[in-house]
Amino acid sequence: MSDQQYRVILAKLGLDGHDRGIKVVARILRDAGMEVIYLGLRQTTGSIIAAAEEEDADAIGLSMHNAGHLTLGPKMTASLNDARLDIPLIIGGIVPDEDIEELLESGVAAVLGPGASAEEVVSTVRDAISARDET
Amino acid sequence: MGTEESSNGNPQEMWQLEYNKAKLRDIPFETMSGVPVDPVYGDDLFPGQYPYTRGIYPSMYRSRLWTMRMFAGFGTAEDTNLRFKELLRNGGTGLSTAFDMPTLMGRDSDSEWSLGEVGRAGVAIDTLSDMEDLFADIDLSKVSTSMTINGPAATLLAMYVAVAEQNNVAPDELAGTIQNDILKEYQAQKEYIYPPRPSMRIITDMVKYTTNEMPKWHPISISGYHIREAGSTAAQELAFTLANGFAYVEAAIAAGQNVDDFGRRLSFFFNSHSDFFEEIGKFRAARRIWARWMKERYGATDERAMFCRFHTQTAGVSLTAQQPEINIARVGIQALAAALGGTQSLHTDSFDEALALPTEDAARIALRTQQIVAHETGVANVADPLGGAPYVEWMTDEMERQAEAIFAHLEEIGDGSILEGTFAGIENGYFVGEIADAAYRFEREVNAGRRIIVGVNDFTEGDNPEDRNLLRIGAETEEYQLKRLEDIKSQRNQDQVDAALRVIAEVASDATRNLMPAIIDAVKTYATEEEISAAMESVFGTYVERAIV
Repeated sequence: MSDQQYRVILAKLGLDGHDRGIKVVARILRDAGMEVIYLGLRQTTGSIIAAAEEEDADAIGLSMHNAGHLTLGPKMTASLNDARLDIPLIIGGIVPDEDIEELLESGVAAVLGPGASAEEVVSTVRDAISARDET
Repeated sequence: MGTEESSNGNPQEMWQLEYNKAKLRDIPFETMSGVPVDPVYGDDLFPGQYPYTRGIYPSMYRSRLWTMRMFAGFGTAEDTNLRFKELLRNGGTGLSTAFDMPTLMGRDSDSEWSLGEVGRAGVAIDTLSDMEDLFADIDLSKVSTSMTINGPAATLLAMYVAVAEQNNVAPDELAGTIQNDILKEYQAQKEYIYPPRPSMRIITDMVKYTTNEMPKWHPISISGYHIREAGSTAAQELAFTLANGFAYVEAAIAAGQNVDDFGRRLSFFFNSHSDFFEEIGKFRAARRIWARWMKERYGATDERAMFCRFHTQTAGVSLTAQQPEINIARVGIQALAAALGGTQSLHTDSFDEALALPTEDAARIALRTQQIVAHETGVANVADPLGGAPYVEWMTDEMERQAEAIFAHLEEIGDGSILEGTFAGIENGYFVGEIADAAYRFEREVNAGRRIIVGVNDFTEGDNPEDRNLLRIGAETEEYQLKRLEDIKSQRNQDQVDAALRVIAEVASDATRNLMPAIIDAVKTYATEEEISAAMESVFGTYVERAIV
């Protein structure tokens, strides 16, 4: 599958309003040829799942800057499982290194930290989608 | 002096008269090597003289250093109370409160929205009871307090007034600032509740209340900090912030307020980023532009209403997660720019803030960093020490030129009104679009290696992620806070709460009445923050941003 066909949902889950990073990521993915659907601020697991189903998304990206990732990340993967959606979830933002393992164990496909380059952002999304397609 | 544009005499003589009246700190004003230095250099414009490009006071830091106001807040109210007392013991001179995300959004800790956010990025406040703990054993008549809150600002101000009253401190003794700058929320920080116009009504009510009852309180801190953090350029930060200020002024004048009465209690909050001279030019231009507009356009006659007084915080967004110790150097340089730019107060960021909320050690190092600037570098001996330097004067003019072009655009889309232009720019996505464009341009330059960020895209050796000691806020904070809220709800008189909330909704539907007394009455019944927000939402509705990238 080429990038042109990849559809990626980006959203801010919960109250956190820091949206500088996710908007930059949206443009990076668009520039790489992916189709980006940015849902905006104050989304719920329900609104993200509804959009993922409706848009037939290949990946979901959430941005977290308020230290809520260990609660909200697993909550999102659990909701995806409940909805029987096999869509890779990528979390970006302020996530301490020591928390990455726990997020991955909860089913998050990848974590992008501060300072990730545009190439890393694109390859992380691409790899997460191919890994899902191979299983 | 000052407001007469120095036309009636020699500016230096006029400045000298004012300087002679100032009370000075009892330290030698000389270099480290013992060379005496003058309070200011140059011969045309002096500090304290309109348009205040060189500073708002004739003696600047010779009389009083900037306030070292360190922003703090995490976990429960008791946790933050301990941090406040620690900062006061360490020589901090003002308190600054960071609230957690639910509090900032008008939500209680038991809301489904609050899961995972309680006490994480600031302190959790649900009811007056939390506010009582937050300020326990601190004499509110002696400290000045800054509260960083916007959407539900009226409720938090009401709680502060009520806690003070319990301790026999009257509203007119309370000194401090509440951020209460809702316009930049729609533009950058996104912590709004109601739509822009009802939000302006609440702010106008707060301005009226504080003007009458709380003369030492600053009811709005017009903030560029978040605009810059969201990705704007320095000139956009300057222009959007001052334009928001003009919008509040136009709204207050339209509500029948006297421009001098409230104008002198407005204050500003800017970012200090790493481009040293651009920042200094921005601070100097801010004072000049604000003074000119207040005098010439809005008719202020009291020079205090023309003063652009500002707090500064170093740029959180400039801090790197890689090699975080080197952030101490970034913060030192940014703090120096703020001092050279004539700030009235300063928060220095902690080196570990790209990773988590600061540890106590990191917060202490940050305070020590600005103490070094204040006490060891000598920059506080001379007002506006860079004034007159060709590059600094050019940069000041350039910042002003760029800002004026933005004001002209806002006037155009607002049919001559900055207030209407600001509403229009919020509605049509102008502000968020400009900020997102600037943020993306910067990221592309970093990504292409045209801009070096030390430790991120060059000089990357030496990062030791395993050595990090980060502040962790455990789930116990959330559990504790939920239990506490449940207890309060079971102990309070529900009929009183319901009645107080009904009054808020009634007053909200009548634009001729002031919301503040009704909100103060409600917090005293231990009505929660979210209950009070909901009462106002029932009349004002809520705001949902159009998602654009």
